[in-house]
Amino acid sequence: MNIPAELKYTKDHEWVRIEGEVAIVGITDFAQGELGDIVYVDIPSVGDTISKDEVFGTVEAVKTVSDLFMPLSGLVLELNSQLDAQPELVNQDPYGEGWMVKIRISDPAEASRLLDADGYKQQIGG
Amino acid sequence: MRLTPFHSIHQQLGARMASFAGFSMPIQYEGISVEHETVRKAVGVFDVSHMGEFIIKGAGALDLVQWVTSNDASLLVDGKVQYAYLPGEEGGILDDLLVYRIDEKTYMLVVNAGNIEKDLAHLQKHNRFDAEILDISDRTALLAVQGPLAADTLQPLTEIDLHAMEHYTFKKGVFAGVENVLISATGYTGSGGFEIYFEKSHSEKLWNHIFESGKPYGVKPIGLGARDTLRLEMGFCLYGNDIDETTSPFEAGLGWITRFTKDFVNSAGLQLEKEKGISRKLVGFEMSDRGIPREGYEITDEKGMHIGKVTSGTQSPSLKKGIGMGYVEKAFAKEGTPLQIMIRGKAADARVVKPPFYNGE
Repeated sequence: MNIPAELKYTKDHEWVRIEGEVAIVGITDFAQGELGDIVYVDIPSVGDTISKDEVFGTVEAVKTVSDLFMPLSGLVLELNSQLDAQPELVNQDPYGEGWMVKIRISDPAEASRLLDADGYKQQIGG
Repeated sequence: MRLTPFHSIHQQLGARMASFAGFSMPIQYEGISVEHETVRKAVGVFDVSHMGEFIIKGAGALDLVQWVTSNDASLLVDGKVQYAYLPGEEGGILDDLLVYRIDEKTYMLVVNAGNIEKDLAHLQKHNRFDAEILDISDRTALLAVQGPLAADTLQPLTEIDLHAMEHYTFKKGVFAGVENVLISATGYTGSGGFEIYFEKSHSEKLWNHIFESGKPYGVKPIGLGARDTLRLEMGFCLYGNDIDETTSPFEAGLGWITRFTKDFVNSAGLQLEKEKGISRKLVGFEMSDRGIPREGYEITDEKGMHIGKVTSGTQSPSLKKGIGMGYVEKAFAKEGTPLQIMIRGKAADARVVKPPFYNGE
């Protein structure tokens, strides 16, 4: 199971890369494996300010659909437009080309409540 | 949780297992899309040993089969298979099934795993014909070998001329050195192939022979996930989703296997239903907007008026778009009719199409 040490995680299987005021968000390798072949990433929330733990989009696999939750409160700045034509990037490269959104963090203090790689590994029973 | 005789093989292969109709079944091995394509273009093997098999025997066998099933089993000859359903006493569909005529006095019924106990009780209740009813589900293994290269894969293992077998026929014979194997030219994928029934003690041996023989053709194990996307692309009904005890066979498009050439359970009621006509109909639809229909989603007309519900839906791996089936008011059942599917509170455009959604390129 690939769980990069430099990222932060949520119990809902999102990962976060914090770069100053901006954070990049995607779903973990574990999550993409559980979902199976991803065929559509639906993120209608660009330009919206969304609170931590609220839904910012959904990811559709062939047989299942799953909500995407904001790991941190913030403004959704941008989505990964490559996913529109190639949603399978989430399966192939969940921490790289398969990233989902960039957000502007509204409350940096919330970051302390995210899991680190070890915490997430325990979460998924690794 | 019940296990099929292939359980340890699935585990060795790293299949994702899930509970289905009380059985632990492989949902996927490599991934639904790859497995789907394998069956469409080459050959894949499904463990469907969870299915139920009953043998109906004796002088009253045909009479019992005729009484409980909707189709006309007197049209069968030895080696022929027929699709039918078990009508409910008060209406609806108890199950859908295949009827095999082994000989004049012996039939095999193949039923859905989730309905084995219910169907058996129903057969016993209606057995005033003194037929012998044997439930051989627990000792029978079933592999579906499906795809355009299925016959090439299996031919080296048997003397039976598989290429010459017509759709919905079967033969019994020696297969991979095992006697008394029933090879049926049937399936649930629309890509052709065979379903192979045998005594479960031979399971591991036959699995290994089939995979060895299919190696040059790229044979792969296929899970229930792809089984569902494959059948849905063909518009085949799934019991529990598209048909059940509350759906009329005429609404479901099963009039063609409802034969009033004989009396059977609820035949008078069904005749009346047919004369009265139906108010809703099971249709296929294709998404024009992005989005994937799922079971239970609401179907509306173009103005947002509720007209029905989705019973099955998926992303079609072959068409790369959302497809589904659902019951709609009859006025909206015509091919080409615009519909809307409510996907998480948003209306997405779709239109009625006549299945199969996919017809091989």
